[in-house]
Amino acid sequence: MNDFTKLLILLVTSILSNNFIFSRFLGCCPFLGVSNRVETAAGMGMAVTFVMGLASLFTYLVNTFILVPLKLEYLQTIAFILVIASLVQFVEMFLKKSSPTLYKSLGIYLPLITTNCAVLGVTLLNIEESYNLLFSVFNGVFGALGFTLAIVLMAGVRERLEFSNVPKAMKGFSSSLVIAGLMSIAFLGFSGLGG
Amino acid sequence: MGRIKKTFLNGLFNENPTFRLVLGTCPTLAVTTQAMNGIGMGLAATFVLIGSNVVISLLRKFIPDKVRIPAFIVIICMFVTVIQMFMQAFVPSLYSALGIFIPLIVVNCIILARAEAFASKNGVLYSAIDGLGMGLGFTCAITLIGAIRELIGNGTIFGVRLLGTGYEPMLIISLAPGGFIVFGLILGLVNYISTRDERESRREADTSKPTQDGVSVQRAESAEDTKEEAAA
Repeated sequence: MNDFTKLLILLVTSILSNNFIFSRFLGCCPFLGVSNRVETAAGMGMAVTFVMGLASLFTYLVNTFILVPLKLEYLQTIAFILVIASLVQFVEMFLKKSSPTLYKSLGIYLPLITTNCAVLGVTLLNIEESYNLLFSVFNGVFGALGFTLAIVLMAGVRERLEFSNVPKAMKGFSSSLVIAGLMSIAFLGFSGLGG
Repeated sequence: MGRIKKTFLNGLFNENPTFRLVLGTCPTLAVTTQAMNGIGMGLAATFVLIGSNVVISLLRKFIPDKVRIPAFIVIICMFVTVIQMFMQAFVPSLYSALGIFIPLIVVNCIILARAEAFASKNGVLYSAIDGLGMGLGFTCAITLIGAIRELIGNGTIFGVRLLGTGYEPMLIISLAPGGFIVFGLILGLVNYISTRDERESRREADTSKPTQDGVSVQRAESAEDTKEEAAA
């Protein structure tokens, strides 16, 4: 199997069968928190895709060229979270200067991404699966696309739900979780896809 | 003394991080396939919560306001690394069951939220008590969810078989969708119970037209019932 086929399989598995939200439970906080409207959900998804791709790249470099040669692997968590936090800060500053419109639309979500466990999760998974540089970056981007798909679908359902008559006690998080469960059953249908 | 008790119970009930604040949903959903995993995850998070609350409370006068979030994260990360190495050495089976979610305690919103909302404003003693209360609240909540999922999905609690051998395990509850659905239904039940007193007092004050609340209550109940019947 050449690299291209492997990447294609990775794309399918990380979006459908190993979806970050529905089968790995990574990034549930923003999934439940900012899925009120489709536009904001899409904005959040874009911001996360951007940061997850970059974070996979930089944490791979930090791990391979700094932590492993110095035998400091036990500092992985702390090193990665610092890389992610500074990356998010940097992206925020960069966007503010270079593209104010994009900054305006993503602005409020960027700081939230630091504590999105999908970002730290994917960097740790990359190490666990011992992906090379190319696969790490694509794993980050594809995983984030799966996250974007999930959060946009959820926002679509919740926009409709706003006007329906939900029992008072089930309003908000409670009904969102049950809906997420039903969507997760649908995604379970993809399991086994792509090996 | 009164305030200590109040701070402690606040985390356990009034502001239970899982059921009332709905923070830290990722580990809540991911590790609760078994009750034992719930306890392990809860205690690990409690340790980190107490440690980080104490240290942040001690350093609250020295950390500049602008860089407080990165500073908090580094402190939290230190405790997570400690508990990660400890669990790897002493409870390897639990460590491998919880997997990636041990290092992910760093980005558990409960811990950063308590650092920001409580420890950075209060003294050491109260911060420690707050950490203990919140941590135990989290532990109880995820152990409860774990026990329910283990009972329905496998017929056991803590590995002890409670339902007879004739019980056909409902695998879907142990799989990913079950996590969402069980957590959602419990959350609804907690909402229902916690607003009941409020509703009753309002109904007594307004007996002439109790329709709206009464209807929604009945609906909530019937929704729970049908879901539980479907599950059974």
